[in-house]
Amino acid sequence: MSAAKLEFLREGREDTMLETDQTHAFERYKVKIDSGRIERRVRLNNGLKHLFSLSTVFALVVLAILLYRIGVQSAGWLDLQFLTSNLSRFADKAGIYGAILGTVYLMLIVVPVTLILGVSTAIYLEEYAAKGRIQRFIKVNISNLASVPSVIFGLLGLAVFGRMLNLGSSILAGGLTMSLLVLPTVVVASQEAIKAVPGFLREASYGMGADKWTTIRKVVLPVALPGILTGSILAMSRAIGETAPLVVLGIPTLILKIPDSVMDDFTALPIQIYYWTLDTVLTPEYANLAAATIVVLLAVLFILNSVAIIIRNKFQKRF
Amino acid sequence: MSQDTHVRQLIQTNILNKKHISDRFMPKFFFVMAFVSVFTTFGIIITLVTDAAKFFSQVPVAQVFSTKLAPLAAEPSFGILPLITGTIITSMIAMLVAVPVGLTAAIYLSQFASERTRRTLKPIMEVLAGIPTIVYGFFAYSFVTPLLMKLIPTLGAKNALSPGLVMGIMIIPLVASLSEDAMNAVPNIMREGALGLGSTRLEVTFKVVIPAAISGIMSSIVLAVSRAIGETMIVTIASGSSKNFTLDITQSMQTMTAYIVEFTSGDAGSGTVGYYSLYAVGLILFLFTLVMNLIAQHISHKYREEY
Repeated sequence: MSAAKLEFLREGREDTMLETDQTHAFERYKVKIDSGRIERRVRLNNGLKHLFSLSTVFALVVLAILLYRIGVQSAGWLDLQFLTSNLSRFADKAGIYGAILGTVYLMLIVVPVTLILGVSTAIYLEEYAAKGRIQRFIKVNISNLASVPSVIFGLLGLAVFGRMLNLGSSILAGGLTMSLLVLPTVVVASQEAIKAVPGFLREASYGMGADKWTTIRKVVLPVALPGILTGSILAMSRAIGETAPLVVLGIPTLILKIPDSVMDDFTALPIQIYYWTLDTVLTPEYANLAAATIVVLLAVLFILNSVAIIIRNKFQKRF
Repeated sequence: MSQDTHVRQLIQTNILNKKHISDRFMPKFFFVMAFVSVFTTFGIIITLVTDAAKFFSQVPVAQVFSTKLAPLAAEPSFGILPLITGTIITSMIAMLVAVPVGLTAAIYLSQFASERTRRTLKPIMEVLAGIPTIVYGFFAYSFVTPLLMKLIPTLGAKNALSPGLVMGIMIIPLVASLSEDAMNAVPNIMREGALGLGSTRLEVTFKVVIPAAISGIMSSIVLAVSRAIGETMIVTIASGSSKNFTLDITQSMQTMTAYIVEFTSGDAGSGTVGYYSLYAVGLILFLFTLVMNLIAQHISHKYREEY
């Protein structure tokens, strides 16, 4: 309650509150309205609103410059020959066929491994685990694992898969390292999807005499599938762009042979970008090759993300 | 009577069968699968600690905390300070970009923008977050550094400034989206109360929304720092591998992450001090980010105001 009104009440003159001549009332009770101050406040509000909007515009502009630059640098280099030929010492003959295959092989390991591990973990946490210490421990562990820098996963892969299991820098070692890296993403997405399955579906299934595992297999998982798929596609697009763990595993610079089994050494799209960027000092044309590879990589990511969005919008049932 | 026992037997055998196959086996299977993530964490800790221990047993502590880093010299020296300053300086530059831009973008999106603007701008921010870091690294090295060289003639081809700035741009979406979530979680009643008393939106933002959302905003900043410290490819490409101890941001500096990448790609032989130094640096990096994440979790749990 304002001071002016208090004074009204104290003096028992509520009736004067009805006074129509506002300025008169304000003057009598010494309430000043500083119209200049209000104007300043409004002006500050509008000014800063526009300043703040510039921040979002800034992000937009950077994105535009980045895409434009890469488009310009790759122009003329990105053609069918670039996609279908293998690495070469000569910039105009080099292609990324091997790198594309390497990325595909990598995904052939990452996708099934993360799906099996991730969905199982989510099922355990959401369906089987009793609320308590173990469940909380696993959840805390997963959220911490999600924020471990990717280069540390590279060190883990180097020590465990590379040296201890003697897989070296093969597709298998790279794929398993990458799987552990993106596992938390798949677990969290699957958990959300399973959580969103309404209880009445489960109860209906139990009511029909189905046991827990049958209910999970025939009711919960089919309903949660779009969510799980969306999450794993996003995890996959992260794995495709991730470079550091593979470099730490010691993927060699020049592979002139196309890999034909999971035990072979390989190269992948981001690795190729990395080496070509590093070697621009010696051969300036490598910058164009790197840019062309980036275009391919971004196109793949764009397609994957679009598919994820389509699945989410089209197949997600709301109850 | 005989029929009754028959049905009971059927139920009994049925229950036994189920117990045998699914209700007994499946929970155990999922439990083991769920523990893979726990094994991963233990795996990381064990590999880092055992190999880092070998490093610390072979290199005197005084040398570790010195400013001289020369792992491949005839008389190798493993001072870690150049790496730590390199990491902190590039992260600080990144924060100087990411925090102001990210926070103001979050304020704009959550307090001022119309629903339509929000729905077009947010996905663009998400695209920025989805670009692989190697692409940012290429962008920093081939575009931002040459651009900055025109402004600062003394800038080296590899320097700490350019990757720091680009890393900041990369982190903007993280700060923006986490703080926007925090600001959106402030109940509308509080906002409307202040607006009803005659505050401008700006005053509502700074006197009501931000104080109420401060825990979420702070934890988003701490997470951003942790992200900057762990970021690898941008700094490896654009900041180079100079092991000199320097605070000059126009010169090349090496971060902890870049050291790990450089040393492994250089085929450090297993069992050498150089190889173990990777794990020592990795352990310090892991502890840095772990502490940051624990702080972020602590802030958002402890200081959260419930409405």
